[in-house]
Amino acid sequence: MQPLKPGTALRRDPAPSRAAYRMHRLWLTPLFRSMLRIGLPVFTVTFSAGLYLSDDTRRAGLARIWEGAWTAVEERPEFLVNLMAIDGASPALAEAIRSKLALKFPLSSFDIDMEATAARIEELDAVADADLRVRSGNVLQVTVTERLPVVIWRTQAELSLLDIEGRRVARVFSRMDRPDLPLIAGEGANAAVPEALALLAAAGPIQPRLRGMVRMGERRWDIVLDRDQRILLPEADPVPALERVMALDKAEALLARDVITVDLRNKDRPVLRLAPDAMTNLRASQGVEPGASSL
Amino acid sequence: MTDLYQSQRAMRNMRRAAMQRGVIAVLDVGTSKIACLILRFDGPDRLREADGVGPMAGQSGFRVIGAATTRSRGVRFGEISVMNETERAIRTAVQAAQKMANVRVDHVIVCFSGGEPRSYGLAGEWALQDSVVTDQDIARVLSACDVPDIGDGREVLHAQPVNFALDHRSGLGDPRGQIGNRLACDMHLLSVEASVIRNLLYCIKRCDLELAGIASSAYVAGVSSLVEDEQELGAACIDMGGGSTGLSIFIKKHMIYADAVRMGGDHLTSDISKGLQVPVAVAERIKTRHGGVHATGMDDREMIETGGNSGDWEKDRRSVSRTELIGIMRPRVEEILEEVRGRLDAAGFDCLPSQQIVLTGGASQIPGLDGLAARILGQRVRLGRPLRVQGLPQATTGPAFAAAVGLSLFAAHPQDEWWDFDIPSERMPTRSLKRAIRWFRDNW
Repeated sequence: MQPLKPGTALRRDPAPSRAAYRMHRLWLTPLFRSMLRIGLPVFTVTFSAGLYLSDDTRRAGLARIWEGAWTAVEERPEFLVNLMAIDGASPALAEAIRSKLALKFPLSSFDIDMEATAARIEELDAVADADLRVRSGNVLQVTVTERLPVVIWRTQAELSLLDIEGRRVARVFSRMDRPDLPLIAGEGANAAVPEALALLAAAGPIQPRLRGMVRMGERRWDIVLDRDQRILLPEADPVPALERVMALDKAEALLARDVITVDLRNKDRPVLRLAPDAMTNLRASQGVEPGASSL
Repeated sequence: MTDLYQSQRAMRNMRRAAMQRGVIAVLDVGTSKIACLILRFDGPDRLREADGVGPMAGQSGFRVIGAATTRSRGVRFGEISVMNETERAIRTAVQAAQKMANVRVDHVIVCFSGGEPRSYGLAGEWALQDSVVTDQDIARVLSACDVPDIGDGREVLHAQPVNFALDHRSGLGDPRGQIGNRLACDMHLLSVEASVIRNLLYCIKRCDLELAGIASSAYVAGVSSLVEDEQELGAACIDMGGGSTGLSIFIKKHMIYADAVRMGGDHLTSDISKGLQVPVAVAERIKTRHGGVHATGMDDREMIETGGNSGDWEKDRRSVSRTELIGIMRPRVEEILEEVRGRLDAAGFDCLPSQQIVLTGGASQIPGLDGLAARILGQRVRLGRPLRVQGLPQATTGPAFAAAVGLSLFAAHPQDEWWDFDIPSERMPTRSLKRAIRWFRDNW
């Protein structure tokens, strides 16, 4: 019979013990294995994190630590912005931009919302486009493209400068502030600035007499000359119509005559309206005495 | 007997479950070693032609993914004598194989060589009810076989239908669907000691494994080491193991006889140990390194140091010539072969059309054994090695692993046994309704 208790005289038993054998088999079980290798670490990490974060003061402490670290990074001198440089703007506009943004330097570059700031600058009428960047040397570089005024628009309230797109650029207090710009008036005139400019170019010969242009009923233009003469242009193709008037003027000196209105609204039937006493004046100049009508 | 029938059926279901899971272990509990192979079944289409393994014998359906061998302990004559030791040895083998396969196995098929297997030829007849042979008819003819008295305390290990005869036509492999009047069958029944099986079952259970089948190692060694034509034409496989020598006779691809001689390689070792007065380990080493059965003049001059650890110079310096060694070994080998001869004669082996004898098993590696066997057993003797199986490590392809490889073939394609057929309905104890219906149909 074998000894009931394994004595010391026996050599090392190569056989696995029952427990080791069972553990090995358990370890080879796929479900157990995946539980132990994936499930257990995930559970441990989740559980311990949850346990740690279940306390309010710890959460607050963590938030504080995070804020502190973030502030420390933000306030490093490398990220500070000390001044703002504005390019491409007139001094008055630059001053307007500065006062509108009202940034208090020094400021961390993390605190500047570039897109919002650019949008705020672009809210100014005179600014077409603003480009912000933090330049080396801790300078906030603002490159502004100004709107270029091309006409003066008279409304009932005020006189304003418009750019080529019809956008308001600035307000002027008197026509004489910008005598170089043409004047337009009427409701909806700002929506047709390019057309106005085209007409202006076509009206070259009568530039000195031109007082302004009036948008009628938000659809067509009237050209107002001195002596209260008006050229009523059609809604469609106003430029050829004006050129036609210019040709007539050149050939017949139409506008130098005693005409109040040249009405080209219907291109098949242009109409001239004479001044009220034009015929009398004409006859008088020809030596014809108008007899007192017996009628 | 019904008890065993039920448990064998349960094992078959277990085997089916294991095949579905795809992994099954094969355990050869021998006297000198315990071998464990882990098989993975993944369908026949996975076979790669480059391996040089053709689709023959159905061994291509599986692949060996784990193999381990350990020295057997507590086993004598192929029977468990010390349960704890054997259990440890099985645990060692199974754990090592699992480690190699990196997969857990729950189902195991076991073979063993002991238990004094005895063969019986059974015959049964059945008059067919309606001229076409059905599954039920086969079950009935199998249960109509007159069971001999297999003795007290013995159990049926294999009960395989070997031959079917329908009226005057004999030699039918599968009579189902054929038309005739009388169905007769021959069955081969192998019985072993019940206590041996019970011990083995208990041992497997203690290792947390489920038994999915049990086989005689003489049978499975024949399955793996006899080639197809030998199995067809008639051959005997002699599996010379450590503690017992199993022999099985095959014809028409069925085992018709199996027996075991309770002598094997371990007896050679103990003879050498006694004769040369050396420890068993030294005797085993001398046997494997210098053993033989034919002495020549050269062997007189080949001196073998036996050594010793006694501290006595005279004893430690001893040496023997190889002739002396052969003189010790040869009578025992002759005795084993004579005994096998006797069993073969008793079985009527000389009546078979082909009398091929295949020697396999660990002890068949003695040099010159085939010459000696040819003198005793007959001229047609060859040394057999087990079939090549996919994934089998080189170290386990020797003849010592014939039973393990055969068992894996057996696991892949088990022979139909008596318990694979349903119990005929008239013997079914519970289905009384079915019986009533049957009675009505027969009588009205």
